[in-house]
Amino acid sequence: MKITFPHMGNTYLPVKAMFDDLGVDVITPPINSKKTLEIGTKYAPEQICLPMKINLGNYIQSIEKGADTIVVTGSCGPCRYGYFMEVEREILKDLGYEVEIISLEAPDGDIKEFYNRVSQMLETKNIFKIVKTFKNAFGILKKIDEIEEKVLKYRPYEKNKGEIDKIYNHLIDQLRKSTGSKEMLQYIKEAEKNFMNVALEKRQDVLKVGIIGEIYTIIEDFSNIDIGKKLNNLGVEVHKSHSTSGWVLEHLFYESIGRSREKDIRKAAAPYVKTMVGGHGRETVGNAILYAKEGYDGLIHIMPFTCMPEIVAMSILPKIQNDYHIPILTLIIDEMTGEAGYITRLEAYIDLLRNRRDKFQNEKMLSWS
Amino acid sequence: MKKCYLGVDIGSVSTNVIVMDEDEKIIDTLYIRTQGKPIETIQKGLYKIKERINNEIKIAGIGTTGSGRQLGGIMVGADVIKNEITAHGVAALHFVPNVQTILEIGGQDSKIILLRNGILYDFAMNTVCAAGTGSFLDRQAERMGIPIEEFGDLALKSEATVRIAGRCAVFAESDMIHKQQMGHNQEDIINGLCEALVRNYLNNLGKGKEIKSPIIFQGGVAANVGIKKAFEKILGQEVIVPPYASVMGAIGVALLAKEEVRKSGRTNFKGFEVANSSYQVKSFECDHCPNMCEVVEFFRDKNMVARWGDKCGRWSNVEVKNTKLA
Repeated sequence: MKITFPHMGNTYLPVKAMFDDLGVDVITPPINSKKTLEIGTKYAPEQICLPMKINLGNYIQSIEKGADTIVVTGSCGPCRYGYFMEVEREILKDLGYEVEIISLEAPDGDIKEFYNRVSQMLETKNIFKIVKTFKNAFGILKKIDEIEEKVLKYRPYEKNKGEIDKIYNHLIDQLRKSTGSKEMLQYIKEAEKNFMNVALEKRQDVLKVGIIGEIYTIIEDFSNIDIGKKLNNLGVEVHKSHSTSGWVLEHLFYESIGRSREKDIRKAAAPYVKTMVGGHGRETVGNAILYAKEGYDGLIHIMPFTCMPEIVAMSILPKIQNDYHIPILTLIIDEMTGEAGYITRLEAYIDLLRNRRDKFQNEKMLSWS
Repeated sequence: MKKCYLGVDIGSVSTNVIVMDEDEKIIDTLYIRTQGKPIETIQKGLYKIKERINNEIKIAGIGTTGSGRQLGGIMVGADVIKNEITAHGVAALHFVPNVQTILEIGGQDSKIILLRNGILYDFAMNTVCAAGTGSFLDRQAERMGIPIEEFGDLALKSEATVRIAGRCAVFAESDMIHKQQMGHNQEDIINGLCEALVRNYLNNLGKGKEIKSPIIFQGGVAANVGIKKAFEKILGQEVIVPPYASVMGAIGVALLAKEEVRKSGRTNFKGFEVANSSYQVKSFECDHCPNMCEVVEFFRDKNMVARWGDKCGRWSNVEVKNTKLA
C-alpha cells in the first residue's frame, strides 16, 4: 500500500512524519504548481471551486508517482467539500486509475467506523500506537502553525530584510527531507532558536490586517497568491483566521465540547448570522468582528469563486464594515495565474488603511452614519 | 525655464500622458489607444508630448499608474509608481476637495471610491467580470457598427425604455440581439445598454456602499453622456464629470510625483530620449520547478534593465544594470 493525500499549506509535513513513524509507505504529492492546477482543471467539473481542482491535481500527480491509496479527511458535508471525495472517486475511476480511497470521518457519529478506517490506513490495530503517533504528528503540526503565524507577524519588523525568510525556507527544506517526527522536531527546535536571534526594529507605521474567509484558500499559499508575504512586503502585519491545527482540534476533538475561541466566534456572529450557513460562513462573520474589536486596521476576505457559504458571509460584511468602522476587502480566487489585478487592489487597500490611520491617529474615529 | 511634472497612465485600453506645472495647472493632455503595445505607446506618447510642449519646459518629476505602471515606471524612470485607485482618488480631491463618491469606469475595470473628510475611505473594484466596464460598450458599439464616440449622444435621443439584461456581457448581447429583432429602434437600445451597464455597476460595486454627493464620474467612459444620464436617473442625484475626466489617473500620479520630488529633491526621469531608445522584451518559461513561471526580460538598447514574472525571486532578484540615460 502506498498512501497519498491532498495538499493544504504545510500540512504534508506532519502527515508525512506520522506515516513515516508507523513505517507506512507514503507518497507526498509534488508541491502545488501550475501543472497541478492544469491537471485538476482538466478533469474536475467546470463549476466546482478551486480547492477541489487542486486536490484532484494532487491525486493524479501522486498516482503517477505510484500511489495506490488516497487518504483524506471527510467533514460530513458542511459544504461541497463533504462531497469532494465521492465525486473524485468517480472521476478517478472514469480515468481508469485503480485506487483505494479512505475518507477519515465518523459517519453519523460512528466512532467504530472511524477507528476501522484509521487502522486500515495505518496498517495496525494497536490503539496505543495510533494515539501516540497522532499525538506526535499533531505536535509538529501545531509547532509549524506557530512558526507560520510568527513569520507573518514579524516579517515587516525585521531589521535585515529577508532574514526570516531564509530561516523559514531552510527549515521547510530540511523538514521535507527528513523522516519521522523525531528528526523534524530537532530541526524545528533549531529554527526556533534561530528565529529568536532575528533582529527586529520598532516600527510605528506597520499596519495590522486579519485574513478571513474560506479555510483552504487562506491556508494554501499557492491558491492565495501568497497574500501573507505580499502584505508583509507592503509593511503589514498579518494574522490568518484559520490554521490546520485549529481545524483538526475543532473537528476531531472539540466539536462536542465547544472550544472557547469557537464559542466566542459564534457569539460574536450571532447578531448577524444565527445559524450555520455551511462551510465557515458564520466563522468569517464572527472572526471579522473579533478582529475589529482587537484593533486591527483592516480585514481581507478571501474565497474561491462560487463558494456559497462565503458568498453569504460576503453579503453581511458591508454591515460589519459600517458597524465596526473597519474596511474589508474581498478577493475572489479562481484559476487565474495573473497577479497584477490582485496586486493593484492590495496596494490601493493598504494606501487606504494608511490614509485612515494617519488621519485618525490621535483623534477618535468619527462616525459617518 | 518652467518646471513641469509628467503623469503617465498606462491602461489596458488607453495610455494617457499629462503635463502639469508647478502651480498644479494642467498644461497639456494626451489620450492614445494602447492596443496591447504598451512600450511603443509610451514612446509615442512621450514623443508627441515633447513635440507639443515648449522647449522652455523642464521635467522636474514623473509618475506612472495603470495596469502597465511597473513596466512604464522602469522605462521612464518614474519617481512614483502608484496603483490607479489611489491616483484617481488624489486627482478627484484636487478638483473637487469635498468629493464624497467617485465613480470610475475604465476599459477593463471599474471602481467605486468613497471619500470622507478628504481621505480615501472605502473602495470596490470589479472582480471577475467585464460586464460593467468600457470594453462591454466598446464591443456592443462595434457589433452595431456605431463609433463609440457617438454612442452617448445617440442614447440621449432615446424616447422609450428598452430593458436589457446587464448582469453578464454574454447575456446582454443575446438580449440586445433579441430586442433588435423585435424591431426596437437603435437609440432606445443604446440607451438600454447604458442603463444596463450602470445597473450592473451599481449592483456589483455599489452594494452596501453609501453613495453621497458630490459624486464625480471619471475614467474613459465618463466621456459618454448616455452613461452619465443613466447614473443620474438611477441614483437620483447630480453626477459631475470633471474637465479632465478621461485622464484623471495621470493627473493624480503627477500630483504624487510632485510631492515625492519635493521630499527627495531630485527626479529619476530618464529624459525624453526614452522615446528614441530601442526596447525589447524577451520572455522564457523557467524550468526550475513545475510552476513554469513566465519570466520577462526587459532590454534597453541591448542592455537588460529589468526582469520579472517569477514567483521565487530567482530571476527578478538578480541585480541588473540600471543606469540613467545621458
